[in-house]
Amino acid sequence: MLLIEELRVEVGGRPILKNINMEIPEGETHVLFGPNGSGKTTLMMTLMGFSGYHVTHGKITFKGEDITFMPIHERARLGIGISLQRPPAINGLKTRNLVEICAAGREGADVEKLAEELNFSDFLDRDVNCNFSGGEIKRSELLQLMAQQPDLVLLDEPESGVDLESIVMIGETINALLGRGIRCPVAPGSKGPAAVAKSALVITHTGHILDYITADRGRVLYDGVLCFTRNAREILKWIRQRGYEGCAKCSISI
Amino acid sequence: MFDFDIESREVDLEKFETDAQAHDYLSDLTHMDPADASKMLDVGVDMGESARAGSFIQKDKSVIHCKSRQQGLEIMGISQAAAVHGRLRDYLWKSVNPDTDRFTARAKEIPHGGYFIRTLPGVKVPHPVQSCLYIAKEGFSQNVHNVVVAEENSEIHIITGCATAPRLDSGLHVGISEFYVKKGARLTFTMIHDWGKNVSVRPRTVTHVEAGGVLVSNYISLKPVGNLQMFPTTWLDGENAVARFNSILVAAKDACLDVGSRVILNAPGTRAEIISRGITSGGTIIARGDLVGKYPGIRAHLECKGLILKEGIMHAIPELRGYVPGVEMSHEAAVGKIDRREIEYLMARGLEEEEAVSTIVRGFLHADIEGLPANLKAALDRAVSETQKDMM
Repeated sequence: MLLIEELRVEVGGRPILKNINMEIPEGETHVLFGPNGSGKTTLMMTLMGFSGYHVTHGKITFKGEDITFMPIHERARLGIGISLQRPPAINGLKTRNLVEICAAGREGADVEKLAEELNFSDFLDRDVNCNFSGGEIKRSELLQLMAQQPDLVLLDEPESGVDLESIVMIGETINALLGRGIRCPVAPGSKGPAAVAKSALVITHTGHILDYITADRGRVLYDGVLCFTRNAREILKWIRQRGYEGCAKCSISI
Repeated sequence: MFDFDIESREVDLEKFETDAQAHDYLSDLTHMDPADASKMLDVGVDMGESARAGSFIQKDKSVIHCKSRQQGLEIMGISQAAAVHGRLRDYLWKSVNPDTDRFTARAKEIPHGGYFIRTLPGVKVPHPVQSCLYIAKEGFSQNVHNVVVAEENSEIHIITGCATAPRLDSGLHVGISEFYVKKGARLTFTMIHDWGKNVSVRPRTVTHVEAGGVLVSNYISLKPVGNLQMFPTTWLDGENAVARFNSILVAAKDACLDVGSRVILNAPGTRAEIISRGITSGGTIIARGDLVGKYPGIRAHLECKGLILKEGIMHAIPELRGYVPGVEMSHEAAVGKIDRREIEYLMARGLEEEEAVSTIVRGFLHADIEGLPANLKAALDRAVSETQKDMM
């Protein structure tokens, strides 16, 4: 589904990603760990094609197409969707209109129903992200992705700023979105697991989201380099015991 | 290349015709010339009078329709009011001084009518009154004088659509307006302009609001206009009086809009808010706001946001003046281009860059104006979409 080869990325002239190689096969959810400033968000923004993230070397392939320098909207239409950590507010644009834009007339996309499942109906008539709390932003982003139904979902810290009660709902929605209601029951009223599970890359800082979603693989990004790939829960345990630096060192010594 | 000073776009009063042919009175609005009716509909004046409490329509110098459909609501031409209404002399030229400038002097010297609208005490008019000031004659200088009196505890919404006939190129509109919002009354005044490309416009408005009264004033100018300058003044004279101003301005190529409001918070507990949104695509917008706080504890806020889409000038002049300790006044002004992050956010949802920009512009211009009838709201949404297409 997604293949990243020897990717190097600069932001503002500073190298952030130094040599990234990874593959996310169809239907797999991969988790990306890493301390602040390690380049996690840079990787996601680069995958989506946002400006300011300059690929200086390497190649990104999605569904067999070279998307390294493809415009953002073409990547979106090809099937990549992103949940941003701090999306911008857009004055005067109603959340309902944005969700409709995401659905792009897709058959069976019922904005009202999707919003109801996320307990977000009251926000449809509010301006996009205007005075939304952290948890409300997450629900808004997931609602948009539910309407968009991308094949590869990029989630940047889906649990940050979310209270304990909402995190269950966020987890369930992500599972429904990815078509894998394995660990948790699928959100009530949704259609249940999709015919084909989607691929996902999830950034997490704390690992809390792992209590709610199932990851096939985990990786640690440290100082712009992927230094570790194995079972996500195992990685989380290691990080808790040794810290990121210890993790990075021990992977080098392997 | 550009010039900030609207006065440099000298309006030569002698260039305009001061007289126009009279137009016949229409007792039935559905007999309105279809081309005129369509222009009027664009500025919120509906010949079907759906959800309207009454209408006043003036074409050039002639009142061609005037009717109240509601008890306790008076609508008449200003000259008729002068003849039959003893109270008018208490209001006419009491707030606006004819010597203010050469336009007010001209309106005093060569008057062409205008409207008198009054709600009786306690009458709450459920639907808006629509009024239209229309220029059909090329090169005509239309000088109107309007008086609105909302008596104690009454409520009224007036939609004033000002427009020129299709294909009309130049003209001058001078509008003197004196509004009186009595104790506990509420006046909502929505003005929509659709002038010709070389039309000069000089509204001169002063409003007095008594204790507990509310003035909500909305101003929308999306279509090309030559040059327009207005700076309505509102006096909040009574305790807890409130004034709210919203304006939505678009300056197409070569247009010059100098639009602002001044509110004098002249009594304890008064509040004022001025919100202005402007987009220039080749024209000049001067967005002014002047809040004057004269009592401790008054609250006033001014917000002015401007986008420069292509070339053009966006000049925000927010002013706050506090005369005593304890006033609470603030302003927020921003001039710039569309945030790249907003564009890319929408692109990440599948919109092409151009679609993303136009979606953001539509949102920017889409102010939530309270109390608009659904059909007017829909018409404005359409106008915003068209305007936005023209700008791109």
